[in-house]
Amino acid sequence: MKVTFPHMGNLYICVKGMLEYLGIEVVLPPPCSKRTLTLGAKYGPEFACMPLKLNLGNFIEAYELGADTIMMAGGCGPCRFGYYAQVEHAILKDLGYHYKMVVLEPPDKHITELTARISEITGRKSWLQVIRAIRYGYLKSRAVDEVEMLSYKIRPRELRMGETDRALAQALKEIEKADNPQELKAAALRGKEIMYSVAVDPHRPVIKVALIGEIYTLLEPFANFNIERHLGRMGVEVDRSLHLSEWINDHLFMGLIKGIRSSKAYRESAKPFLNHFVGGHGMETIGSISVYARQGFDGAVQVFPFTCMPEIVAQSIIPKAAAAADMPVLTLIVDEHSGEAGLITRLEAFIDLLARRKHHRAMGQ
Amino acid sequence: MTGYLGIDVGSVSTNIVFINEDNQVLEAIYLRTQGQPIRTVQHGLRELAKQLPASTIIKGVGTTGSARHLTSVVVGADVVKNEITAHAVAASQQVPGVQTVLEIGGQDSKIIILRNGVVADFAMNTVCAAGTGSFLDQQASRLNVPIEEFGDLSLRSNTAVRIAGRCAVFAESDMIHKQQMGFELPDILAGLCEALVRNYLNNVGKGKEILAPVAFQGGVAANIGMRKAFEKALGVEVHVPKHFDVMGALGAALLAKDAVAKGKTTRFKGFGVADSSFSAGSFECDGCPNLCEVIEILEQGVTIARWGDRCGKWANALAREEEKIS
Repeated sequence: MKVTFPHMGNLYICVKGMLEYLGIEVVLPPPCSKRTLTLGAKYGPEFACMPLKLNLGNFIEAYELGADTIMMAGGCGPCRFGYYAQVEHAILKDLGYHYKMVVLEPPDKHITELTARISEITGRKSWLQVIRAIRYGYLKSRAVDEVEMLSYKIRPRELRMGETDRALAQALKEIEKADNPQELKAAALRGKEIMYSVAVDPHRPVIKVALIGEIYTLLEPFANFNIERHLGRMGVEVDRSLHLSEWINDHLFMGLIKGIRSSKAYRESAKPFLNHFVGGHGMETIGSISVYARQGFDGAVQVFPFTCMPEIVAQSIIPKAAAAADMPVLTLIVDEHSGEAGLITRLEAFIDLLARRKHHRAMGQ
Repeated sequence: MTGYLGIDVGSVSTNIVFINEDNQVLEAIYLRTQGQPIRTVQHGLRELAKQLPASTIIKGVGTTGSARHLTSVVVGADVVKNEITAHAVAASQQVPGVQTVLEIGGQDSKIIILRNGVVADFAMNTVCAAGTGSFLDQQASRLNVPIEEFGDLSLRSNTAVRIAGRCAVFAESDMIHKQQMGFELPDILAGLCEALVRNYLNNVGKGKEILAPVAFQGGVAANIGMRKAFEKALGVEVHVPKHFDVMGALGAALLAKDAVAKGKTTRFKGFGVADSSFSAGSFECDGCPNLCEVIEILEQGVTIARWGDRCGKWANALAREEEKIS
């Protein structure tokens, strides 16, 4: 059995680590590229969102490398992602790609629902081993998120352009290479050391922008045109409202691990404007605006794929939530027709807006 | 005489503005880009050089529009700004106290909300790329109405026909349908203006608080029918600034003046660039499956800029230790 799974940013580091810890052979699809999207857009339904098309492209490219089993997430609720696994499986079957599909869904009641599906892949491994592997995967995602978060602070202050990107790639490689928990601990430290070695100007004034919206387009740099890098190079410190380790803790561990950020705070803050689950991260998008405003952020950028229902609901409520928090919000919608030039123009104008606003406020005081 | 240049190179038009130290527009050139931005800019500069006294000193240059980066390397600009900021800067200088800017160009339409002289919010057409300006152009030529007369003709209408304006393709077929049913041309044109305004307010202006004074600019502002349709829909007077069609260039010139205010010397290469030979080469990078198309801009055979690569491998190889201008 050669297992593959779709890309979503640096998710692969943690999932690959977890599977290999259990001795399962993994076939990693090539990173999302124009080819991936072209394949996905060719065979996917036109009005499906960009994540489905990229998933499909990932699976086709992984099949070419010999994968035979897909590990895919599912979901429940108004977002149609819940049936993407089935739709993708059917499309692949029609195309003649014979894949076995294992769908992992966030458990409704108990974590064993999830481990039962996992055992389809893990076979006769003991539960203890499986749980250890999940924990190991989680630790990897935590290490990845920590270096990513460092890059948000370092990139806008780097002295030589591109230095942060090089360091981040190297730090992620260290974490990916580690193949047992002891090594991981050392690798996580090395990763941080690499990040700290980037020469920065700590006194450079920066604008702070929160990235909010739909999880896939936030996490996958190919889908969001590397928005973190673009903003960083414009001198903007970003923060992403969603990180993999936080998502795992919220949805898989039911918030078992304390001391890391939880999306619960976002949902609470959404209540004056949106008091109902609308699927995906619609509520979190609304709520995160006031949370970030309180933390002193200058603005927020909402990113979501074209036709994404939960985020469209959120988008229509944003003017109210943004006015209440007194924080400008820019909405970016992406799909295979998006042009990078238009995106950059909007980002530039938004950063100009925030900078002038900040300047005026400072003068007013 | 000393002054500043602002160059706005867009999809449809290329505008060059020369302002003096008092921010007055002394020369404004409006050209069709015709898909050849470098040649058009060179042509524009040649024209401008003829109209300005030989003793004129250019103290700063700003570029904006979709070809702002290309233009900046060709002419040597001191500031490169996106068209939203440039338009906002120009509008607040031309219409004192402006709180809302409606801007419709060839491909893009945008709304800019200003409060206390600062941009507070903006939006640009996103998912549907149908350019209102280009669409009006195309409809005028289909109906054999010179675009300059389009607005006046629509004003002769008593009852505007309701046109389905959500999408240019549907608007066109609905217009044809209404013509076949026998409606008068002025009524159809007025109806089209109203449909486009409705579409603009619903898609671009969605969720924004439109407060007076309202400025309407961009090439489409020349169309009196569109202005009237906006006034009807918004219920307020809509101002079309004197230099409505070169506002982006004016904004870029004002920003250039700001950029060199601290006594910096301009990077402007001089009007001589009009006679310099520029060429562009491109290749497909095979470093990864993205297969980026990388463009190289050459001046007299020397590569002066490169872009198009996602990873920055090629662009960065040329990057010098320069301070940021965009």
